[in-house]
Amino acid sequence: MSAKTLYDKLWDNHLVTQRDDGSALIYIDLQLLHEVTSPQAFEGLRLANRKPWRISSNLATPDHNVPTTVNERKNGIDGISDQVSKIQVMTLDDNCDEFGITEFAMNDIRQGIVHVVGPEQGATLPGMTVVCGDSHTSTHGAFGALAHGIGTSEVEHVLATQCLVQKKMKNMLIRVNGELSPYVSAKDVVLAIIGKIGTAGGTGYAIEFGGSAIRSLSMEGRMTVCNMAIEAGARVGLIAVDDTTIDYVKDRPYAPKGEQWQQAITAWRDLVSDDDAHFDEIVDLSASDIKPQVTWGTSPEMVIAIDKAIPKAEEQTDATLKESYARAWDYMGLAGKTMLSDIQLDRVFIGSCTNSRIEDLRIAADVVKGRQIAKNIKEAIVVPGSGLVKAQAEKEGLDRIFIDAGLQWREPGCSMCLAMNADKLGNGEHCASTSNRNFEGRQGFGGRTHLVSPAMAAAAAIAGYFVDVNELVKTDTSVTH
Amino acid sequence: MRPFTQHKGIAAPLDLANVDTDMIIPKQFLKSIKRTGFGKNLFDELRYQDEGQADQDCSGRPLREDFILNKTPYQNASILLARRNFGCGSSREHAPWALDDFGFRAVIAPSFADIFFNNCFKNGLLPIQLTEEQVEQLFQEVQNNIGCEIAIDLEQQQVSTDSGLAFSFAVDEFRKACLLNGLDDIGLTLQDEDKIHAFETRHKASSPWLFAAKN
Ligand code: SF4
Repeated sequence: MSAKTLYDKLWDNHLVTQRDDGSALIYIDLQLLHEVTSPQAFEGLRLANRKPWRISSNLATPDHNVPTTVNERKNGIDGISDQVSKIQVMTLDDNCDEFGITEFAMNDIRQGIVHVVGPEQGATLPGMTVVCGDSHTSTHGAFGALAHGIGTSEVEHVLATQCLVQKKMKNMLIRVNGELSPYVSAKDVVLAIIGKIGTAGGTGYAIEFGGSAIRSLSMEGRMTVCNMAIEAGARVGLIAVDDTTIDYVKDRPYAPKGEQWQQAITAWRDLVSDDDAHFDEIVDLSASDIKPQVTWGTSPEMVIAIDKAIPKAEEQTDATLKESYARAWDYMGLAGKTMLSDIQLDRVFIGSCTNSRIEDLRIAADVVKGRQIAKNIKEAIVVPGSGLVKAQAEKEGLDRIFIDAGLQWREPGCSMCLAMNADKLGNGEHCASTSNRNFEGRQGFGGRTHLVSPAMAAAAAIAGYFVDVNELVKTDTSVTH
Repeated sequence: MRPFTQHKGIAAPLDLANVDTDMIIPKQFLKSIKRTGFGKNLFDELRYQDEGQADQDCSGRPLREDFILNKTPYQNASILLARRNFGCGSSREHAPWALDDFGFRAVIAPSFADIFFNNCFKNGLLPIQLTEEQVEQLFQEVQNNIGCEIAIDLEQQQVSTDSGLAFSFAVDEFRKACLLNGLDDIGLTLQDEDKIHAFETRHKASSPWLFAAKN
């Protein structure tokens, strides 16, 4: 038998049938549902008089629209002041009730961002196929699971048939070898990768991330990397299973138990690419070259290391690039600015499915501890990824550290990542954000997003502008007030 | 689904690369639980001067006059011409829904983001990938002959103009067949119901933990 990549194995393990026209049906083990991309799918089922194929393979939670302030949250759905949002969240509740789907509803402690909740509950398991009507479903690939973001028609298709129509993708391997410098995190690694291959670099590929720097990441870090595979154009990001994966999954509520656990881990050990497996494309990065990254423009590929000058449109030779750089400069209001540190920040957002897990909050708290946010920061919010992350952080006293430093401690949800709720940027405001998209208007009309790691966002909150977090922690700026 | 066989219509040149789904349909409009009505908010931030709200009447909103779809005759365009990596970003199917609702039947670009590309086919919207040079020629053609039409023939897999440009494009067999016949994906998949059951039985035997009841 010929050598296989991890992606090949996952594909083969789920292949229901290969059609003559090159498309295939693959079987789906887990579908995660949220309020934004599911209503039309449920409606479609009803109209066609269809039933879900396997109800227990679905898990739902509202995340995109839910408010994040304690005041609004304490009244449950009734507390959502935006009537249109409220209807959407209620529709998810109603659909889950009607079809018997397990839902962590708004005030359930297990509620949170789908991509945080699935892994946290052990609902996401190695070797699975996972889908969700959300492009950041690639996150779950960190577990050696084949995870696709899909559209609403496909959500309906999976509900009705337990299958997805797919064409096999090509294999890409991105290797990051060596050791990461202090305060350089998974977020910097993935931003550096996107900076290198571009936002379309992974289109048509399943990207496997490997190399010693990836292997040494925690599961939280691996999820951050796979989360942003889509920002490199790849629907699927993957990391091979090892002890770190298995240790993380063990004893989670939905993880297999007893004899089935033993059986499962034996199977999961095989979820690695064979030594001589063929990749259509291989990209290498050296971990020690990666510095803290900050995006300056309106696409995740418009990213530079903190100590580099912001690239100018007129320096670009490619006409399309020149045009999009000019547009980004204009939108981001960069005229007259040379370095990232010239940008005065207005808001800071620590959260999103990229960086709202406990480890992210720990590092951010570590940076702000004993310091105060800068005067020019109008608002710095910390939004945990789930109710359980929030509870854990509070147990560790992280909430106090944030509040003492002048940041706000919020209830779980997507929040300012896409600003579907009340958390958003004002026109022209600059934000240091740990989320994954810096598109025009993403965090609010006219808002200017800079993507960074949690440590860099925390440092930016303290300084009021972008600084290398290493510089900030070196100088003892503990301010007494 | 509405079939797509042949179409001829005005092509609007949107001279931008990396057009993302947040641009195509900003998030405040994703709160709808319907599939229709997104057309008036297509490219909302590029099209209007003010910030759009969900469920708002758009007829009196101030337009950005320089935006292509606000210029005559492009209000009636049914083919969108764009640059590379069109549709990148989120999986929101609201993006093709909005394009469709506005009146677009096809998008022509040098490359597309995967999920968007896929979502188009589910909605009778045809994404056509041509080379950078071919797309450039079409840009020149429509910019030099304002309001000129492009003809698309899916059966023949061909794009052409009255002036004589003609390019063939690739499309995968399965998607082509679905579009030509307006076939419902789910119905097609369910024709393989026996195979799905058979797979499920094997899968359950080899990975029983995947079928354990959730508590
Ligand atoms: S946190 Fe942001 S990127 Fe993640 S699922 Fe929510 S909206 Fe999407």
